Amino acid sequence: MERLGVTPVEQRAPGRWQVGTVAAVKQETPRVKSFRISLAMWMPHLPGQHYDVRLTAPDGYSAQRSYSIASSPLDEGEIELTIDRLDDGEVSPYFHDVVAVGDQVEVRGPFASYFVWRGEQPVLLVGGGSGVVPLMAMLRHRRRTMPELAMRLVYSVRSAEDVIYADELWDDAVLTYTRQPPSGWTGHTGRIDAALIAAADAASGTAFVCGSNGFVESAAGLLLDAGIAAESIRTERFGPTG
Amino acid sequence: MSGFISRGFKGLRRTPEELADRIPPGQYFERGFPVLTAGPTPDVPLGKWSLRIDGMVAETREWTWEEFGALPFEAVPCDIHCVTKWSKIGTSFGGVSVDTLLEDAEPLGAFVMAYSHGGYTTNLPVEDITDGKAWVVTEHEGEPLPREHGGPARLLVPHLYFWKTAKWIAGLRVMDHDEPGFWEANGYHNRGDPWREERYWND
Repeated sequence: MERLGVTPVEQRAPGRWQVGTVAAVKQETPRVKSFRISLAMWMPHLPGQHYDVRLTAPDGYSAQRSYSIASSPLDEGEIELTIDRLDDGEVSPYFHDVVAVGDQVEVRGPFASYFVWRGEQPVLLVGGGSGVVPLMAMLRHRRRTMPELAMRLVYSVRSAEDVIYADELWDDAVLTYTRQPPSGWTGHTGRIDAALIAAADAASGTAFVCGSNGFVESAAGLLLDAGIAAESIRTERFGPTG
Repeated sequence: MSGFISRGFKGLRRTPEELADRIPPGQYFERGFPVLTAGPTPDVPLGKWSLRIDGMVAETREWTWEEFGALPFEAVPCDIHCVTKWSKIGTSFGGVSVDTLLEDAEPLGAFVMAYSHGGYTTNLPVEDITDGKAWVVTEHEGEPLPREHGGPARLLVPHLYFWKTAKWIAGLRVMDHDEPGFWEANGYHNRGDPWREERYWND
């Protein structure tokens, strides 16, 4: 029995743990940073896949988390992980407060082949907060490989200072501010609603929805109401983990 | 272990000491119950709900919600481990043992595909769901299982990673061979033993 009309694909050799080097750090918002990591055992990923990160203390104590890849697989030899700082977390604060260019980090991947874009079109991407990260990998990859392919991003953020990848949101991206729009904003405000989904005009296509569980539930409901088949809606829910 | 040390990492070490030996490698202690589902949450009205044991069995069995409610119900205290790294220690579910469900059906194959309302599947060897190791549960910590956590009923196989505990369970199909279910075909381990850290293919 097949799930959601997705054909499972053969995944390449799975990632072994490897030590990568942080090549660049970008402060995206007050609580979000992107880390470019150079990998000796790099392999191309599918947009939407994730890496696991493992931190190890001198006494052997370790902690692991999964982070979505934000970069296109055309960036050979490196990956970009965009990490939201969760104040009571244990891995994301380390990345934010300690990791600097030149540091080494232990990672393995890429993993999982469900929430991935393989060139389907048209595509509607719906992201809430840092749920935009795997969607940005799709958007970036589409812009560089198939710029004419129909892909739109609907991106929900709280306020102007929370916009991740602000300089990469072009006319294929629609923003809505749920709390405080920037002054002079004439676009959509408030939560994603039926009108915003209708404006994205994706009823015949595939949808990728990523964000908190509440966000995904409500966005997926709107997509179903808009006539998108359940099997064409792929979701990824962020647990409150850090 | 690689011997690699993360510069300046100490860790929060939030796991209460007396529970430390119940956390499998690479997992962390979580008090909440995060929701992870591929695709929209199915709505399964009780009037349309059924549970089947089919495939290679001596006798196909099917229960309505009402019939299922008449089966022997047991409390299942357990720890659960999600492949996304969180473990929930000392939780409890309530439901019907898979042993009870298989009793009259009599499996003739060594594998099952658990299948769900909404289309999810996951594969298991029969020996991983018999002898008191698996249940179809309708309650979590004394309350009806919420829809987002698989209600009205989900499979529960606490000794394996939690993607094996199929939400919105619709049935178990007995097979004479193993084949990968949904996540197993999409990069995750075929068996998923958290104590052996069987997360992904080739782990």
